[in-house]
Parts: sequence; C-alpha cells; structure tokens
Amino acid sequence: MYAVMESADKRQDDEKQRLETLFRNLIVRVAQQRDRQAFSQLFDHFAPRLKSFMMRKNTSAELAEDLVQEAMIAVWNKAGLYEPSKGSVTTWVFTIARNLRIDRARRDVHMPMTELGDYDEPSEEPEGEELLGRKQEDGLVARALQSIPEEQRQILILSFVDEMPQSEIAARLSIPLGTVKSRMRLAYGHLRRILETGL
Amino acid sequence: MKPTHHLDYSTLLAHAAGTLDEAFSVVAVSHLAVCPTCRAALREAEALGGTLLEQMPGADVSAACRTRTMAALEGVVPPPPAMRAPPSALPAPLARLVGARSFDEIAWKRKAPGVAMFDVTLPPGARGQLKLLRIGAGRAMPEHGHGGEEITLVLKGAYRDHMGRFGAGDVADLDEDIEHKPVVEQDGDCICLVATERPTRFKSLAARLMQPFVGI
Repeated sequence: MYAVMESADKRQDDEKQRLETLFRNLIVRVAQQRDRQAFSQLFDHFAPRLKSFMMRKNTSAELAEDLVQEAMIAVWNKAGLYEPSKGSVTTWVFTIARNLRIDRARRDVHMPMTELGDYDEPSEEPEGEELLGRKQEDGLVARALQSIPEEQRQILILSFVDEMPQSEIAARLSIPLGTVKSRMRLAYGHLRRILETGL
Repeated sequence: MKPTHHLDYSTLLAHAAGTLDEAFSVVAVSHLAVCPTCRAALREAEALGGTLLEQMPGADVSAACRTRTMAALEGVVPPPPAMRAPPSALPAPLARLVGARSFDEIAWKRKAPGVAMFDVTLPPGARGQLKLLRIGAGRAMPEHGHGGEEITLVLKGAYRDHMGRFGAGDVADLDEDIEHKPVVEQDGDCICLVATERPTRFKSLAARLMQPFVGI
C-alpha cells in the first residue's frame, strides 16, 4: 500500500517536472524569439486558472477576463526577466497576478514603491544545489499543501487566493487575529520541514 | 552585515499573498532589500501562491479574450529597463516616498528631548501609518506595550532591549502584547522606520512618545 502511494506521488512529481520544463522552454521562446505559438500554449494553460483566481473576490467574469488579458500581456512583456533560480514559472505567474490585483485595489492609491523588484538584486547567484532544489520544489510544495491540517490550509487559501488581510480572516472565521497568525506560522513551518527533508 | 532579527513568518506570508497594509509593506520591502534569509523565505511563501494558483479549477475563458490578448501583443512595447536608484542612505522604496536620500534632508520634528519624528506621507487610501523616529544616543524609548500591529526597522544606529541588539537592517516584528523598553546605544542616534495601524483604533505613537520618559 505504502509503495503504491509512493509511486503515485512520484508520478505526480514527474508530471509536475515535465510541465515545469515545458513552461520554462515556452518562456524562453517567448523571451528570445517573441514566439506567439509558445505564448498561446502558456495562455491556454494559465488563462483559465488566472480567471478563476481573479473571480474569487466577487469580480465579474468580464472584469476577470480583462485582468487575465493584462496578466498574460505582462507574461509576454516580462518573459525576459523570468529567473528559474527564483522559483517556478507558475509561481512567477502567480506573483504577476498578485501584483496586478494589488495595483487594481490601489488604483486610486498609486503606490509604486512597493514594487517587489526593489529587493531583487541581479547579482545574487544561486548555488547549484539551490537550483536543483528549486526544480523539485513545486512537487514538494504541493505535497505540503496536501498534508497540512485543514485549518491551516483554509487560512492559506483565504490569504493567497481570496486576498483577505489577516484581520479580515479573523473576522470571517470568528477567531482571534493571533490565531490567524499562529496558523500561518505553523503552515510555513510545515512547508519548511517538507522542503528541507523532502518528505 | 546581515540582519539577525527577521520578519515574522506570518508577515512574510501576508506579504507574499499581497495582503499586507501599505505601511507595513514598505517596512517589509525595506528589510527584504538587505536580508537574504527573508528573501529566500519569501520565495518559498510565494511558491505556496503558485501551487494554489496551479490547483485552481479552470474557468472557461472566452474566445474573444484569447483573440484580444493575442492581438494586443502586436502593440506591446516592452518597458525600458528600470533605472538603478541612485545610492541612498534610505532604502529605495522609502527614499521614493520621502523624496530624500539622506537622513539630514528630512524635516524632523522634535517631539521630546532627544526624540524627533517625521510622518511619512502615504498616498490617500493607503492603510496604516508610517513614521521615521530618531532617538538620541543612550536614550530609552518610552516603555509601552504594542497597541495593535507594529513593525519597526532599524535604519541607522542600534538599540537594545530584552530581545537583544537591533542594528541597521534588523526588524522588530512583534506580537502586540509584548512589552519592551528599547535603549539606544551610546555611540550615536538610532533611526527607525515604524509602521503602525491607524491611530483611530489604537493609541498613536505620538501619544505614547509624550508619556514621561523612563530614566536611563
């Protein structure tokens, strides 16, 4: 039984790695050759996910599609800036979508100073070992999310997907703010352990 | 020198999710700029977002959206590479907000003996409050519990409290119920960037500073 589960995990990991390699090749083709065919493959994979991501906060389908378009154009535009050492393509697309949602929420606020690129020093060269780690990371992160206690998982989803500040999560779940924070810390600790041990 | 006091993981996760109040984001980004440890942790937190995005059930995207996007690629002009910010004593995001590159250019307001403050103006609608605080050498900050959320980043000089020494780049990201009594080191002023929640709900930092000072 255990062996069966393990091989199912391995199949999932292999599939994730296959996809990730494909995405990286597509991004390179977009960046270097302005390859529209490669871009359309990325669009077909990410646009439906981005749309449900954008629709989580009572956004109309129409507005969500505008945001999908904006996010995918940013992928086209910034493909040359993607750095595999800093995370998977999927994570990079997530950060683009997240920044777009922040920008939209702050349209009247206009706060360009929290540009996340501010701390991305290009000089920071990852070690070979770290690169290898990144390759397997997505599978491990997915595994961490599967094995995490439901009450922590729920907080992560409300935060990352539903874009709720901690105070709002606390109010929604009728729990103290401190509990929201401690569940977030526990969730990160859980992820950390799995990334370190690979189990 | 690498910082030894870091952002709380719950702050890093909120930052990765994009839900941190603006004032707190400025402090977080200013710390991240000098802290490889927190940058690595942030990337892991962002990978959680990536994985959750990957696991979203796909929604049907209209053919029109696809066509519009493909058509829009024609007109896209890649933005020019960002200019490197000129060297500054202030972290880049803060320097942009304050419009100053050195602490001497800041219009400090004296609040108490040895204590000066500067309100960093955030754009209207931004959440939270941001202040620069300059405390004289050897002085104690008023004893206070944290009324509400608060993050402090040391930009210059150093102070000590029961948690240890906080020097440039170190961040105090503490639970609100922690009492602490920082004392600035003897060899110079200590300048901190402090993000707090709105004072409408909590006693303001200014009010706390007006409290009688504890002797050194």
